[in-house]
Amino acid sequence: MIKVHRLVKRFGAKTVLRGLDFEVKQGEFVALLGPNGAGKTTFLRILASLSRPTLGEVHVSGYALPSQAAAVRARLGVVTHQPLLYGDLTAEENLRFYGRMYGIPEINQKINEVIEILGLTLRRADLVRTFSRGMQQRLAIGRAILHDPEVMLFDEPHTGLDQDACDMLDRLLRDVAGRGRTVVMTSHDLARVENLATRFDVLARGVIAASTARVNLGKYNLLDFYRQSMAGIPGKNVNQQTPVI
Amino acid sequence: MSTSKRPLFDYLKAIGAIVWKDLAAEIRSRELLSAMLVFALLVILIFNFAIELQPALRTTITPGVLWVTFAFAGTLGLNRSMAIEKDRGCLDGLLLAPVDRSAIYFGKAFSNLAFMLIVALIVLPIYSLLYNINIIIPGLLLVVLLGSIGYVAVGTLLSSMAVQTRTRDVLLPVLLFPVIVPVLLAAVKASSGFLQNLPMNEIWPWLNILIAYDVIFIAVAFIVFDYVIEE
Amino acid sequence: MKPQPKTLTFLTVLSVTLFIGALAMVFLYAPLEAVMNYVQKIFYFHIANAWVGMLGFIVAATAGVVYLVKKDLKWDIVEMAAVEISLVFFLIAIITGSIWAKPSWGTFWTWDARLTTAAILEMIYLAYLLLRKGIEDPERRARFSAVYTLIGAISVPVSFLSIRIWQTIHPAVIGSGNSSAQGSFGMTAPMLMTMFFCLATFSVIFVTLLWYRVRLGRLAEQVDQLKYQFMQ
Repeated sequence: MIKVHRLVKRFGAKTVLRGLDFEVKQGEFVALLGPNGAGKTTFLRILASLSRPTLGEVHVSGYALPSQAAAVRARLGVVTHQPLLYGDLTAEENLRFYGRMYGIPEINQKINEVIEILGLTLRRADLVRTFSRGMQQRLAIGRAILHDPEVMLFDEPHTGLDQDACDMLDRLLRDVAGRGRTVVMTSHDLARVENLATRFDVLARGVIAASTARVNLGKYNLLDFYRQSMAGIPGKNVNQQTPVI
Repeated sequence: MSTSKRPLFDYLKAIGAIVWKDLAAEIRSRELLSAMLVFALLVILIFNFAIELQPALRTTITPGVLWVTFAFAGTLGLNRSMAIEKDRGCLDGLLLAPVDRSAIYFGKAFSNLAFMLIVALIVLPIYSLLYNINIIIPGLLLVVLLGSIGYVAVGTLLSSMAVQTRTRDVLLPVLLFPVIVPVLLAAVKASSGFLQNLPMNEIWPWLNILIAYDVIFIAVAFIVFDYVIEE
Repeated sequence: MKPQPKTLTFLTVLSVTLFIGALAMVFLYAPLEAVMNYVQKIFYFHIANAWVGMLGFIVAATAGVVYLVKKDLKWDIVEMAAVEISLVFFLIAIITGSIWAKPSWGTFWTWDARLTTAAILEMIYLAYLLLRKGIEDPERRARFSAVYTLIGAISVPVSFLSIRIWQTIHPAVIGSGNSSAQGSFGMTAPMLMTMFFCLATFSVIFVTLLWYRVRLGRLAEQVDQLKYQFMQ
């Protein structure tokens, strides 16, 4: 579903991603971990077609970025830590707007379905600026699944949410991911992510420093794995890369 | 999933969606229109003191006053319109849609045009009342339309740039005004012509300049918008 | 940083030589004009500077388009250097023009097509520099600058034509002389030669300065890269 080969991203003099390789098969739920400033958001933005690679190849859903970006976007759902919603419109109007932008047929039916899944039926006609942050994030997920994407990208979706909101979000995430979707999620919250993802990758030093499947975590716990990856200590059943540039 | 069987239809639908979204949000909050209106009326008020609008001079000075007013109030609208997208990150939301970038340009440009015209439609009658001069004539309305189109065509493009800089509010007028000189010039001359009931063959050159400007810059903005909006 | 290439040194020497030559031609060779005497001599420098100012803008606009197509940042440096230098040359042109205008037209400034367009062009240059100041990311800065020079390049001729049409319908009302008859004193052959010599001189000076400025820009870029590497 996602294939990244030798991805390099530079901002002027700064090189953020240094020859990163990354592959995700359909149905996998990958948690992308790493310290602040490692380039997780940059990487996600490139996958989301919001940013262009400096060098390297990126393929999402079989289409190349940036040349076939429009095709990728039709199959991609993205949730960032900003909800990307218009405060002066109601929840329903926001969904309607994005529905039109994505050219979804039978919008009304889709909107009803999504509002149902989100559990926001009672508040569908309320202005989004009256929503709590947790509700806005849920609606943001709704926006992202409206067009039935194959791949979903989440950039630290739990930011700023309280415990209850986080739990609700996790339920929604499991539901959404459980429909055969491929998910990549960046996060700082190791505990949460441990129960959601099927695979854990650590982005450090501009590449995927370490990657391991959930099944292989077994004896470690996630925190140890993370710490060791950051320190560059090789581990068992763990794939590792070194920077190319 | 969106089908690309009817790409033109989807494209137009996207433009329509953006315009509808901007208008719907504005009807609720009215922050953009109220800012533009209040500003425009204040400018007209100030002109009363700054320039002696004696009855005899009114037909000659009115076009200038009107267009200066529109030019300045317009920058408020342009800035606000783009800032709404940029500040809440909604621009990313627009960029994620599987539709050509120029749809975003046309959508925003149409909304901006709508706002400018709404302001004009309110300001013109008020000006007429305050200065006892009838300026609601079809010719003048045509000039307002053509001039606003040119203004908004370049303004939407430049405001997309300005909103991504640190100095955003100050920068837009600085970037915009040198470049829309032909619009202001032609609009003032054409308005003046209509107000003074000059024969059409004297007014045509100005209308031609307006139309030419509109066409050229809509085309240029359409081609160049991708470079400005993507990262 | 590569050491100064020989061509550049040669150009520098050539610029200085030509400039001295131009001074000599203007003050010693070109005849005194009947009406204006010495004041007229500023005309040679005025024309040369104006010419270079406009040339610079064309260079900048072209570099901008090339950048948008090729995405190579060195074209961005060329574009910026061209704008910076043209800004100064054109300003000198406007000032020398004013100095010449006062005795011949009775006013420092008139709102005719050429002068007004000159003012607009200067404003576009300044707006360009302000735009660049407000953007940190070099790639975005390059893209936006290129787009703005393109928009500017297209609007300036349109402005000029519009003002020209405005002017023929409303001739310039201030100024004692006919302001559209610039340089309408009869130019004899030696005057023409002097003028062309000055044009050539200033063109060479422009290219030399442009080269220096581009080198400076490259150096600044390298310093940025080193700083970043050092901070890592």
